[in-house]
Amino acid sequence: MSAVETSQNLTPSQAAKLRRTAWYRQPRFSRLWAMVALGVLLALVTGEQGNTRDIFYSLETTFTGGGLWVCLALTVGVWVLREFAGDGLKGLAEKAKPGTVAPLAAVRGRFQADKRLRWGLIVLALVLALAIPSMVERYWQTVLVDQIAIFVLLAIGLNVVIGWAGLLDLGFFAFFAVGAYSTAFWTGRLPIEPPVVLNPFWVIPIAVVTCLLTGLLLGAPTLRLRGDYLAIVTLGFHEIIYLVAKNADGVTGGPQGARMIPDFSIDFAGISYKWSIDPLPYWYLLVFFIVIVIILFSRLEHSRVGRAWTAIREDEIAAAANGVDTVRFKLMAFAIGASTSGVAGVVFTSKYGYINPEVFPLLQSILVLAYVIFGGMGSIPGVLIGAAALVWLPEALKDYVDPSDRYMYLGALLVIMMIYRPQGIWPSRRRQRELKLAEQGIGDADAMSEPAGGKF
Amino acid sequence: MTTDVTSESAAVGGPASDDADLVLQTWDVTLRFGGLTSLDHVNLQMRRGEILAVIGPNGAGKTSLFNSLTGAYTPQEGKIVFRPKDGGEKSLLGSKPHIVNRLGLARTFQNIRLFSALTALENVKIAAETRLKAGPVSIMLGLPNARKAERLSDERAHRLLKFVGLEDKLNEIAGSLSYGDQRSLEIARALATDPQVLLLDEPAAGTNPTEKLELEQLIRRINTELGVSVLLIEHDMRLVMSVADRVMVLNFGKKIAEGTPSEVQQHPAVIEAYLGSSAEDAAAVQEVIAEHEHESASDTEDGQ
Ligand SMILES: Nc1ncnc2c1ncn2[C@@H]1O[C@H](COP(=O)(O)OP(=O)(O)OP(=O)(O)O)[C@@H](O)[C@H]1O
Ligand SMILES: [Mg+2]
Repeated sequence: MSAVETSQNLTPSQAAKLRRTAWYRQPRFSRLWAMVALGVLLALVTGEQGNTRDIFYSLETTFTGGGLWVCLALTVGVWVLREFAGDGLKGLAEKAKPGTVAPLAAVRGRFQADKRLRWGLIVLALVLALAIPSMVERYWQTVLVDQIAIFVLLAIGLNVVIGWAGLLDLGFFAFFAVGAYSTAFWTGRLPIEPPVVLNPFWVIPIAVVTCLLTGLLLGAPTLRLRGDYLAIVTLGFHEIIYLVAKNADGVTGGPQGARMIPDFSIDFAGISYKWSIDPLPYWYLLVFFIVIVIILFSRLEHSRVGRAWTAIREDEIAAAANGVDTVRFKLMAFAIGASTSGVAGVVFTSKYGYINPEVFPLLQSILVLAYVIFGGMGSIPGVLIGAAALVWLPEALKDYVDPSDRYMYLGALLVIMMIYRPQGIWPSRRRQRELKLAEQGIGDADAMSEPAGGKF
Repeated sequence: MTTDVTSESAAVGGPASDDADLVLQTWDVTLRFGGLTSLDHVNLQMRRGEILAVIGPNGAGKTSLFNSLTGAYTPQEGKIVFRPKDGGEKSLLGSKPHIVNRLGLARTFQNIRLFSALTALENVKIAAETRLKAGPVSIMLGLPNARKAERLSDERAHRLLKFVGLEDKLNEIAGSLSYGDQRSLEIARALATDPQVLLLDEPAAGTNPTEKLELEQLIRRINTELGVSVLLIEHDMRLVMSVADRVMVLNFGKKIAEGTPSEVQQHPAVIEAYLGSSAEDAAAVQEVIAEHEHESASDTEDGQ
């Protein structure tokens, strides 16, 4: 890697030539210049926003402020570490490898192996999830309900489609829109009249069924497609839903959308409760739904259905040759995955009180996908962590960086993550094995491509 | 030239005694890829309970025949009929692969296609479960029938892995098993679907001599203990000659001979096909002919 290392296997004449080369032309120093340039770039993009009155304002503040030095110190520091201590660090890692595992992997290993520990951690997480929100500010409570819990539900659903069945869906947020508009329809807030006006609470099962059916509707024509082609079709599906919501004024209310969607309330079998502007009751309700969905879905994961999905993902031809009805299971993945969006859509709409097409831009579909990949495709703890962490990040940065820059940091994090840890934070065991086998040249870890080996 | 031999050789195998006895039958199956004809009017008759071997030089169309039988390819011409144990006739031409499997034809692949990131047990369970009925709703609710299905598939998978001799490798990752074990696992997975006909595509390829012997035993046991008819593609002549009841020879997509192993060995067209393709194969054939010379008399009587 470094110049020191390569010089060891040089012939004498090459070494002499290298000695004659100017010092600044050694590869090590070209890397230094690259890092310095990166530092300056970093200072520029993380620095002050420009403005139109003084076009040099941004440049000026960047080069006179302290941010530049911080960025340079950071990048040059990385260079020093890699060039001069790289071998040492690598040696350390190598030495540590046989006996020990990376800390996170160790925790995960224990979590998967030890049943008591697992239940302990699950109960702890649940207790924390119920206790902590009542102690934080109102703002964070709203973030938890309106964003984190909703996106966690969506990520769990998308995980079924992409993580388990291996179908790349770029339009997943469209199902959320379906759930939201179902709520508006059944509560009588759309231009068309529903047969009966319901409270949002009773719309949940209806929305779930509607999303299931929409999932089937999308699934059916795309079954022959895989990978890139499927991704494009699902992208188109999202656009269609978005444009219908925006332009079918007579049905969806057009750009205005729907307003005054009532809050949740139950008045049933002696229980009577009304959710209102306080976010906490919504939070408990959502935690309840998330727990239910996780229980149901993890049963599926370890059942014949989950195994059939894995089989299809790994080798569709072999799966079909062994009697797996690939069409049926793919449709099932689409439908079951979409169903969580129904729940999320209803709760969100009812809590928020109004919707319009701009709540459902394509970006949201891409973000949900990013959460799933970031957390670890195919693993429920992974997508929980991924969605929660990535939704939290821009909110947490709000006070420290320019608001319009927030998603840039999210993007940078995703890029770094995909380079250094493509399997995600908490990958599933199956996924991890797939990646490992792919490294050894067996099998194909890429969920989106055709299975390896065209010939039967 | 070869066509003459074909019509002659059809007689060598003897006409099928009774149609109901044939578990699998094809008429004039022809499969083309653009200008290339990889199957040319192939007539196959497979009797219930027999081990029928398909041999031929590389590129003869053996795998294409399997793919046509199992629905992976749809031949342009011809008829394929499967007669299940409980009567009736099913046309297989152009059926979907999973339907063909459900009817009772299971297969393995020439280049092993396991679910390599799953364990051996999970691989077999996936196949076993395609015969069970437990929908997603009953699984999510943990209903008794879902639990029962899980238990049944588990039992079945354990039994089959024991049958092929992988009982101590249940929880190993399929992709990290040895070549021979992967081939056995693929056979176990195919057997898990409870087939009436098992199609094995070069199961001995890449295995060592001990594994080859075990495989020979395994094929016999599948045939006798489980009562499964076996259609076997194999390049290893010794294995073919010792295990097969009858042999069918393909060359350039055409059937050039059919009959008992000893009849086929002496067939001039077969010797020519092999001499023309690979000296090694031809030598193997000659060797086996010499070895089985004295047995052939009794074999010929069986065949007719
Ligand atoms: N999908 C395909 N597309 C085009 N040509 C094909 C295809 N499948 C098979 N062929 C051709 O059909 C012919 C027969 O191939 P096949 O794989 O059936 O031979 P084989 O007898 O199984 O050979 P081997 O002993 O090498 O496995 C070959 O010429 C092959 O190139
Ligand atoms: Mg072949």
